[in-house]
Amino acid sequence: MSHDTLPRPRPAKTEERPTPPPPQRRRKHWTKRGNPVSGLGSVVWLAIVVVPIYAMLSASLTSQDKALTGNPLNPPTSPTLDNYNTVLNSGFGHLLSNTAIVAVAVVAIVLGLSVPIAYVAVRTRNRWSGLAFRLFLLGVAIPAQAVVVPLYLLIAKLNLYDSLLAVILPTAAFAMPVSVLVLVGTLRDVSEDLYEAMALDGASPQRMLFQLAIPLAKGGISTVVIFAALQAWNGFLFPLIFTQSDGPRVLTLGLFNYVSQFGVNIPALLASVVLSGIPIFAVYLVARRALVGGLMGVGGK
Amino acid sequence: MSAPTPTEDRPTEPTATTSTPPATSSKPPKLSKPSRSSAVGRPHAAWALPGVLFFAFFAVVPMLLAFYLSFTSWDGLGDPQPVGLDNWRKLIDDDRMVQSLWLTVLLTAASWVFQTVIALLLGVWAAGRQRNRAVLSAIFFVPFLLSSTAIALLFYALLDPNFGIIQENILGSSSGAFLAIVFVGGWQFIPFHTLIYQGGARQIPEVLYQAAAIDGAGRYRQFFSITLPQLRHTVTTSTVLLVVGSLTYFETVLILTKGGPGTDTAILPYLMYEAGFKSYDFGYASAIASFLVVTATGLSLILVRLTGFGSMRSTREGM
Repeated sequence: MSHDTLPRPRPAKTEERPTPPPPQRRRKHWTKRGNPVSGLGSVVWLAIVVVPIYAMLSASLTSQDKALTGNPLNPPTSPTLDNYNTVLNSGFGHLLSNTAIVAVAVVAIVLGLSVPIAYVAVRTRNRWSGLAFRLFLLGVAIPAQAVVVPLYLLIAKLNLYDSLLAVILPTAAFAMPVSVLVLVGTLRDVSEDLYEAMALDGASPQRMLFQLAIPLAKGGISTVVIFAALQAWNGFLFPLIFTQSDGPRVLTLGLFNYVSQFGVNIPALLASVVLSGIPIFAVYLVARRALVGGLMGVGGK
Repeated sequence: MSAPTPTEDRPTEPTATTSTPPATSSKPPKLSKPSRSSAVGRPHAAWALPGVLFFAFFAVVPMLLAFYLSFTSWDGLGDPQPVGLDNWRKLIDDDRMVQSLWLTVLLTAASWVFQTVIALLLGVWAAGRQRNRAVLSAIFFVPFLLSSTAIALLFYALLDPNFGIIQENILGSSSGAFLAIVFVGGWQFIPFHTLIYQGGARQIPEVLYQAAAIDGAGRYRQFFSITLPQLRHTVTTSTVLLVVGSLTYFETVLILTKGGPGTDTAILPYLMYEAGFKSYDFGYASAIASFLVVTATGLSLILVRLTGFGSMRSTREGM
C-alpha cells in the first residue's frame, strides 16, 4: 500500500474536507489500521480517570455502616442520599456562596487591573511599560507559599484577618502575572493598522481600548476569566492561613474541615467532594467549549 | 475637532510615549502621516500603575519582607528581633531541609516525567478530530474540575485501608506515600497539560505531515520528526507551569500524608508551613520561604532563558 494515499494517522483532521469522494474508503482504512497503541493507552487512561470517580459516587450513596463492610467497587445495594443530607445540613450552602463571592471579586479585580497593564505593555513601548511587563513575567515564579508569612503580617495590620477580603486580595494579586501574559499575547495580535485607522478618526486611547482592543481580545479575556475563577475556586493556602471562623470560610477549607468533622464517615466526606464538584461540572456541561478553549489559552495560543 | 489634521488633537499624553517628536524621527522610512498617527492614541504608561502597585503590595513587598524576616526571630506577637544569620545557619544545618530539598527535586522530576509523557501522548491523540476522541477527551477532563483539596480528600478516602479498595496502607510507607502524591498530582493536572498539548498539536501545519507522508515517513517517524519538534514551545510552557506548580504542592501533602510517614514527604512548602503556623517560628519559616523563592525564580529564569519563552518566538520561524 502506498503511504502517500494514507491519511496521516496522528493529530488533526484525519478526514480532510477538500477531497470528498475518498473519505469513505479512507475512514475504513483508518479504522482497520487504527492505532492499537494509542487506542489501548486511551482505554487505560479512561480507567484511571473513571474508576476513582465511580468509587466516589458509589460510596457517597452508601450508608456508613455498609461502606465499611462492602467493596466500594460494587454498585451500592440500597442507595441512600443520607450522606448528601448530612453535608448539606452542615453549612455547605454558606461555603459555596463564599466561594462564589471570592471568585467573582477575584475575576473583577484581575480583569480591571490586568487589561490596562497589557494594553500599555503592547501599545506604549517605553521603559516604564517594559518594566511593568517584566515585573509580571518574573512574577509568575513567585510562589504563594513564599509570601504567606509576611502577608499574614500585612493582612493583620490592615485589620483584614478572618474576612473574605483577606482571601480575595492576595488571590487576585497572584492570578495577575499569568493573566497579564495571556492578555499581552492576545493584544499583540491586534493589527497596528486598526489602531491607526481609529487614530485617524481621532479616537482616544480609552475608546481604542473599549471599542477595538477588548472586543478583539475576547479569547484572551475569557481565558483570564476562567483562569482567575479557577484560582479562586481552588485556593486553599490563603483561606487556611488568613481566615479562621465560620463566617468567611470558603469551600476548599470547609472540605478540609470535614475531615475532622466527619472523622471516619468516609461516605459523607465523599459526598462533600461530589457536591463541591457539581457547580463547576454544571458550568462544564453548559460551556465546555468556552472553558476548554479558555484554558487552552493559558498554555499560549 | 479639526478632522483633516487628526494628529493635532491629542494633548492628553505629553510624557506617555517616547515623547512625540523623537517618535516621529525614530521611524524615518515611513511616510510622515502614518508614523505621526502611530504616536497618537497610545495610553499613558500610568494606566498600568494601579495594577503594578496592587501586585507589588500583595506579592513583591511580602516577598522582600520574607527576606527581611528571615534575619529575625519572630513568634507572630510583638516585634521581630534581628538575629543575623541564625535562621540561615539553622537552615543549612537542618537535616530535614536536606531531605526536603531532595524530596522536592525528586517530586518535581517524577511529576514532570509522569505528567509530560502522558499529557503529550494524550494531547496529540486528542488533537485528532474523530468522534470517539472528542468524547473520551471530554471525560478525561473531568478530574480537573475538582479542586486540589477535593481531589486530595477523594484519594485520602480511597486509599484508606479500612475503606476496602486497597487493603495495603500505601500512605504508611515512604515510597508509597511519595508515589501517591505524584499520582494524585498527575491525576489532577494531566487533563490541563493534555489540553495545552492538544492546542499545540492542532496548530502544527498539515503540510508538514503531507510532505512527510510523501517521503514515506510512517506514523512513529512523523511523531518523532514532526510532532515533537513542533511542540517544543508547548513543552516549555507546560514544563514551566508544571515545575513551578510542583514546587508548591501543598494541600495534597497536607491532606494525604501530613508530611509523613515521619518527615518522608515533607516537601519545602510543607516544612515552611509547619515552621511558621505550627511552631510559630516565623523567622525560620521566612528563611525557608526565601529559599523557595530563590529556587523557583532561578529555575524559571533558567527555563525561560533556555527556551526563549519570554520573547515568545514562533515555532513557525524560518518556514
